[in-house]
Amino acid sequence: MAKIELSFYPGCSSQKGATSSNYLVSAQTMCEELDIQLNEIPDWNCCGASIGYGGGGELPRLTLSARNIALSEEHNSGQEIVATCAACWLSTREAKERLHEDEQMFKDANAALSEAGLKYEGESNVRHMVEVLVEDIGFDGIKSKVKKPLEGLKIAGYVGCQTNRPFGIAGESFENPQYLDKIVESVGADSIPTYEKKVQCCGGALAFSEPEKSQEMIKGIIEAAYDNGADMIVTPCPLCQANVEIYQDNINETYGTKFNMPVVYYSTLMSVAFGRSATDAALNGQVIPAKKLEEIANK
Amino acid sequence: MADDKKFAGYVCTGCGLGERLDAGQLETTATRDGKMQSCKQHEMLCSAEGVQMIKDDIANDDVTHVMIAACSRRAKVEAFNFTDVALTRANLREGVIWVRPDTDENKETTQEMADDYIRMACAELKSMAKPSASGEQSLNKNILVVGGGITGMTAAIEAAAAGYPVHLVEKNGALGGAVGSYYKVIPTRSPYDAPAENPVPALSEAIEADGNITVHLNSTITKTDGAPGRFSVDIATESGSTETISIGAIIQASGWKPYDANQLPEFAYGKSQDVVTNHELEALAVAANGGPIKRPSDGKEVQSVCFIQNAGQCSDKDGHLTYFAGVTDLVSIKQAMYFKELNGECDTTILFDNLRTPGAGGEDFYRAGQNAMVTFSKGIASEVVPGDSLTVKFEDKILNEQTEMACDLVVLATGMEPNSGPDPYAQLTVDMAEDEEEKAKAQAILENAPPSILNLQYRQGTDLPHLKNGFTDSHFICFPYETRRTGIYSAGPVRRPMDIQQARDDATGAALKAIQAAENAGLGRAAHPRSGDLSFPSFRKEGCTQCKRCTVECPFGAINEDEEGYPMYNESRCRRCGTCMGACPVRVISFENYSVETVNQQIKNVDIPEEWDEKPRILVLACENDAYPALDQAAQAGVEINPWARVIPVRCLGSVSLSWVTDALNNGYDGIVMMGCRRDDDYQCHFVRGSAMAAERMSKVGDTLDTLNLEPERVILHEVAITDVERAPQLINDMAETVEKIGLSPFKF
Amino acid sequence: MSDLNTAMIEKYRSSFLKEVEANVEEGEWVKMCMQCGVCSGSCPLGKHWEHPPQEIFMMIRAGKRDDVLSSDSMWMCTSCYNCIARCPRGLPITHIMHGLAVYSKRLGLTPQKQPTAEFSQIFWDNLMKKGRVNELKLGLSMYFKDGFGQGIKNAMANQKLGQNMMKAKRMNAMEFFGGHSVKDLSGFQKMVKKAQEIEEGNIKDFK
Repeated sequence: MAKIELSFYPGCSSQKGATSSNYLVSAQTMCEELDIQLNEIPDWNCCGASIGYGGGGELPRLTLSARNIALSEEHNSGQEIVATCAACWLSTREAKERLHEDEQMFKDANAALSEAGLKYEGESNVRHMVEVLVEDIGFDGIKSKVKKPLEGLKIAGYVGCQTNRPFGIAGESFENPQYLDKIVESVGADSIPTYEKKVQCCGGALAFSEPEKSQEMIKGIIEAAYDNGADMIVTPCPLCQANVEIYQDNINETYGTKFNMPVVYYSTLMSVAFGRSATDAALNGQVIPAKKLEEIANK
Repeated sequence: MADDKKFAGYVCTGCGLGERLDAGQLETTATRDGKMQSCKQHEMLCSAEGVQMIKDDIANDDVTHVMIAACSRRAKVEAFNFTDVALTRANLREGVIWVRPDTDENKETTQEMADDYIRMACAELKSMAKPSASGEQSLNKNILVVGGGITGMTAAIEAAAAGYPVHLVEKNGALGGAVGSYYKVIPTRSPYDAPAENPVPALSEAIEADGNITVHLNSTITKTDGAPGRFSVDIATESGSTETISIGAIIQASGWKPYDANQLPEFAYGKSQDVVTNHELEALAVAANGGPIKRPSDGKEVQSVCFIQNAGQCSDKDGHLTYFAGVTDLVSIKQAMYFKELNGECDTTILFDNLRTPGAGGEDFYRAGQNAMVTFSKGIASEVVPGDSLTVKFEDKILNEQTEMACDLVVLATGMEPNSGPDPYAQLTVDMAEDEEEKAKAQAILENAPPSILNLQYRQGTDLPHLKNGFTDSHFICFPYETRRTGIYSAGPVRRPMDIQQARDDATGAALKAIQAAENAGLGRAAHPRSGDLSFPSFRKEGCTQCKRCTVECPFGAINEDEEGYPMYNESRCRRCGTCMGACPVRVISFENYSVETVNQQIKNVDIPEEWDEKPRILVLACENDAYPALDQAAQAGVEINPWARVIPVRCLGSVSLSWVTDALNNGYDGIVMMGCRRDDDYQCHFVRGSAMAAERMSKVGDTLDTLNLEPERVILHEVAITDVERAPQLINDMAETVEKIGLSPFKF
Repeated sequence: MSDLNTAMIEKYRSSFLKEVEANVEEGEWVKMCMQCGVCSGSCPLGKHWEHPPQEIFMMIRAGKRDDVLSSDSMWMCTSCYNCIARCPRGLPITHIMHGLAVYSKRLGLTPQKQPTAEFSQIFWDNLMKKGRVNELKLGLSMYFKDGFGQGIKNAMANQKLGQNMMKAKRMNAMEFFGGHSVKDLSGFQKMVKKAQEIEEGNIKDFK
């Protein structure tokens, strides 16, 4: 397989000491094994995520992403932009589409960018990492790299919202996307096609501002995983991962549940299945340890 | 004459028939019991070779009557199409081997079924003659179109384009009808984003330029006599002159009239000039002459307008129309866009409950309205308060509150009423009313009957029968243009509410049907559903008691009476359903190939086993339009039918003679199942009233059973649809169970 | 004319719709709503909306300006995009809700202490400082948004969560001092300032 080179937009939460720093580590491990080279966009900035709209409004928010695209096009010319974070991907792709459709917005964004000495063209493709996996590597390609199949693991594929809507992965339905289950199968684990909370919202950023309302939804997501006999939950989204993993104590306290469900990234699964160490798979970044994965990694 | 007849039987052994059945035995049955003068086997009778064999026998051996024992009469009709002989089919495939399990213990009863069907077919054939046209027919290509609106104009143009001379009769002084005076119309072409040009002027020009169309303005029909192919029509002008024209077929496109909004005082109609109907708004738009639309009361340019949907329609309130005009939501969108076009910043609100925008462009046009900033509000208006500024009180169904808005003009989206003639059965409806309320309603309809449009000289009245709400009756599913008067087609909003495009499509369809009717009449062939049938009823005058049941009960008003009260059959008005035959108490009405006798012989020639054999016999009389095809499909699907059933297809349950039931019971049949089409207001009966007539007649069958001292469960009548693939066989099997429960008939000897 | 009459005349006029079209992100789509209610039925926090999206659209068209702009409904949006995915008319409902929320905030009509409105501003201010989000400070700002005392209480309540995160190296106390940043911070800030100015200039006056 030829080497794939991508202009990489890691996003704030993947930085060292941030909530999804473990995502970055495992994604990097995964990419090494798949011969994907990630060229970080130099001096990238925050995309505004899904909550920045309230402070930023429309044009300032779109300009944030325009800056990232402009930087990518300047420094990583000709490479497709790829993000691992759902919100990063969504914001960047949305900005690109909006600026493409709206001529005035395009001009206004460029006027702002010129203050930073940048020029926005918006020619690059903006993709999510799972698109690269599904479309460029393929499920068979993933399967071919597996050294330690995750046999006997039953994993609930929690796709969440923003990797799925409004853009989603080509060929998948909004209501029941299958790709995450297929990745789970590709690394030798059992998927749970009946997992009914697959695309349920976890509250997103409102987990901070409306914790009760959000945790009620998160409870359902975890409960359904237990009901379906899952050993762990896998997700492609950093905010989904964090929300579903770190509030389990609070939920247990509120609802009297005894949740202790590990929530990992697809890249965690793949790093372990590809034969890499627990550290390379960032299993040490779990708040709720994924013990069964650790066992396989340490074998 | 008997010497001229030659009967030949043919037994097919293809499709597994040869393996499942003893073909030699079948041949013997055909010749010994069925009295066929010859009987041949063929391994694939429908093949070119098999068909040729039959053709050769007809040509060389003077065969006049052919019995084919093979598949269902509904299969291989093209192959077994021998027009020079009388033909019958014994259904051994769908009727026998496909509905019986292929096991040794069933072999005997399966063979018995097959032998019976051969006996029945042969017996039927013996009493059949090859049908041929009456000779009273002639080809008359003239098409009469009554009504010069969009529908009539379109029908005239289409018929003329096909080479048929048209007489177009319009009661007013100009063509165009209701739409003629409209500002613009609902768009009928992509992108459906704005009101379109009125098509009437272009249609008028086309008609004027068409040498094949004769326009009669200010004219009405004062008399329509005769039958398809030979209608004699009097066209009278306002000035008093009358012209008599010979016509092949007729299209009634008498259109619609607007609902009388005076029945809507709650919306201040009549109290404020600024409350108008959608119909009336067109005149305001035309009067605006390209400038802003002005309100009637003071000529103020309209700056805000509110449309109230479903005003006086889709409502059970007294004086309201219970049905929807189908088009009025699109009309309001169109008219709201007039204001957006002519009145600049005019606020336009459409208060709707269920916004319905059917048709190819309906949804696009709705979006176009939204795009033009027409406000669509789900709300039910309760009152309009008159004043300098009108107040519309309504319930906002989304915001769930009682609210109100002010506007300069209110437009009521009122419904369409058919412009039809008097219902010929209005008196009958009064007579048949089941309670006083119903009777009063029927009486009101009778007393307020509109003037006649066609002035038919028919035994059963002057105009096309209605179904509901004054719309002309037509078989909604199968033959929408066919009215209950053969050769007369209704098209456009007289048939059901519709928009311009639908009316034009309707007109085109009706024009084709009228052409077909004229051509069929020329050849003496039936219209739907027995298209092409040459048989027609005749009666034995010496046996007739002039009871008039046939003339009264014919669903198509085909039969007139002569001065002595004897029936006068009009072949080209007849649809060949046989409802007259079923009506006749003295059994004097028959077709060449279908009669009381053809069926009676089938019933009698079934082998009735002795009581101790414990083999019941169940007679199934199945309508050939729905029930029989349902049974065929069941056979294809491998649904089992008990081996006691013997199925006889009938043209319509309306043709069933009570004597068949009596005779069958007397002959020792243990049960009788009759299957006809649905017969209520949403009827499926292909002959409209046949199934209903049968049900009415059979309600008296209990007396017969009583006289014979038989259990009432032995005779049952079902409504069966063509889709009842599982149910139709089940009904037959249910009867077998019933018989098992109550025991065999004591009439076996 | 009395106020009541004026109010009535304003009802079901398109003036507020026009204002929304001009000043709200994706506002030109509001008129295309066909009132099916699929959005309202699809929202994960639907039961917490005083006026679900379908109603908001109708209120805009009915001219209920104050009711819409002072509602906290739009702030219930979690940006899950379910409504967009399902809207048969293709309305970008999520964005319209965001746009209405921003517009209401711009006009100072957002309910006081609306937590998501506050969080949203805190988030934005946080990212403006360094060009990248400082999660630690973001968390702290959120805890302390209602004063020091409440902040300590909030921090104590979430102490275990914080410890867990620290242990997993997914939270770093050192971020309090400096933390991640874009290099061209001044260019970044100038750029955003310019964008804000342009956007401000595009707002049309309706009142």
